[in-house]
Amino acid sequence: MDWFYIKGILILSGINLMAVLGLSLLTGFTGLFSFGHAGFMAIGAYVTAMGTIKLGLPFVPALLLGATGAAMASFFIGRLTLNLKGDYFCIATLGFGEAIRLILDNVQYFGGARGWPGIPVSTNLTTVVILDIIGIAVLANLIRSRHGRNFKAIREEEMASQTIGINVFRYKMTALMISAAYAGIAGGLLGHYLGFLQPKMFQFVKSTELTITVIFGGLGSISGSVIGALVLTSLPELLRTFAIWRLVVYGAAVVFIMITRPQGLMGGYEITPTNIKKLFSRLPGSVGKKQAVGGDKK
Amino acid sequence: MKVLELKNVTKQFGGLTAVGNVSFEVEKDSIFGLIGPNGAGKTTIFNLITGIYKVTEGEILFEGRGTNSLEPYRVAEMGITRTFQNIRLFKKLTTYDNILTACHHNARYSLLDAVIRNRKFKAEEKGLFEQAQELMSIMGLEDRKDVVAGNLPYGLQRRLEIARALASRPKLLMLDEPAAGMNPDETARLMELIKEIRDRFNLTVVVIEHHMDLIMGVCERIVVLNFGKKLAEGTAQQVQANPKVIEAYLGEKEVVVC
Repeated sequence: MDWFYIKGILILSGINLMAVLGLSLLTGFTGLFSFGHAGFMAIGAYVTAMGTIKLGLPFVPALLLGATGAAMASFFIGRLTLNLKGDYFCIATLGFGEAIRLILDNVQYFGGARGWPGIPVSTNLTTVVILDIIGIAVLANLIRSRHGRNFKAIREEEMASQTIGINVFRYKMTALMISAAYAGIAGGLLGHYLGFLQPKMFQFVKSTELTITVIFGGLGSISGSVIGALVLTSLPELLRTFAIWRLVVYGAAVVFIMITRPQGLMGGYEITPTNIKKLFSRLPGSVGKKQAVGGDKK
Repeated sequence: MKVLELKNVTKQFGGLTAVGNVSFEVEKDSIFGLIGPNGAGKTTIFNLITGIYKVTEGEILFEGRGTNSLEPYRVAEMGITRTFQNIRLFKKLTTYDNILTACHHNARYSLLDAVIRNRKFKAEEKGLFEQAQELMSIMGLEDRKDVVAGNLPYGLQRRLEIARALASRPKLLMLDEPAAGMNPDETARLMELIKEIRDRFNLTVVVIEHHMDLIMGVCERIVVLNFGKKLAEGTAQQVQANPKVIEAYLGEKEVVVC
């Protein structure tokens, strides 16, 4: 394998990671399942491309424009659907994602279903890595604050959250908008990596892939989302040798993890220096206190 | 001075009147009891006060201000918190995190402050840690700090729910069957705890309970409900002597004799 190939996989993993991080906030920490995040990625991708091509913006401001576009779209969709409970919200986002794709299919300005070629290839590994690190740091800081605790409270018990004075609707909206912005950036990066955009890239399958990654990594764990995105994006590539059986193996791997570890790879734990220290102090030999740190008790 | 006032409050679900024309007042710093047979509308009244249900007719005043059209979180901000009949803790979070989460109103930093970790964030967050710690020691939950709430023994879960309610520094605390499932010993301790909380935090407490010894032991004033209507009101002795109350709980005299 040459470096160009590996670099390609790393960039794609990094782009997926960006979208997964956002979804992790929404699904893993706030408890809202979305099957429409490919829609937000699409909006981000097309708005960013519009920024660089039609408006002549530099890449990074265009990315921010894409993120803003996706967040605005999520604001409108959120106003309409966030009052819905669990499954209904899920279905609404599914419909939204498909609607975005079909609209893009028919907008000739962006090339319609034929796609939009000639997008400058500005995404490289350095950009992706830097943006991912910023993305992880922002999310981690957010989670370890009163706002992060409120997100988790809403996931655990919505009614009790209200009675301790949490504005549930506003927090859900915040989570949705932040996650849409992350997806928007991921979309923008993707378009400027491939140099080509087509609505077909943002099908329902893409949304499910993102949700699977979050669940695979473990709901409510940023480290889990990071590992999940890296593993699940590169796994199909590592399995190239299996040829036609590759996606079967991929599916089997996901099913295997879900059966043996229903709480996901990390299951709510985070990899932090303090947690690693705790893990070592708990190993046989040193008789430490045995207590759960996160939500991993079954 | 009255802290909470219900004026002719009615709640209808379709054709069913769950609460009909109920009025009562709760004095500041008192412990107030709400009793009645199952299905009498006690919890519905709690849900109406906390804004989970909307009042069909009538008015609820908290410190002279109407709470009728407010969202539950706004009511909580005014200073009313509650516990639930079927415990509603943040089950997968630790004891400490449960309390810490509920302290959030005592900090003001924004999302941006949290992301850039500025001085305001650090100072306020430290304040929250101290409050949570203090509350844990008051409520005797210190040694269970890192235990996941869902794994706590039942009695401590109840205690934690009260601690969580206290974290937002309420003026009115409403307890929905706090002694449900407790043995007499635990109930007695709970009675002491309720009194202690009232004195320490300068609260007004409203309790729904079926354990009569608890109600009679701590409540200064009691309202009895039956089929959504107010049946009687008064001190423990007055209520106990009221023939209507005896009838609601035990049936009519002739029936008892038979």
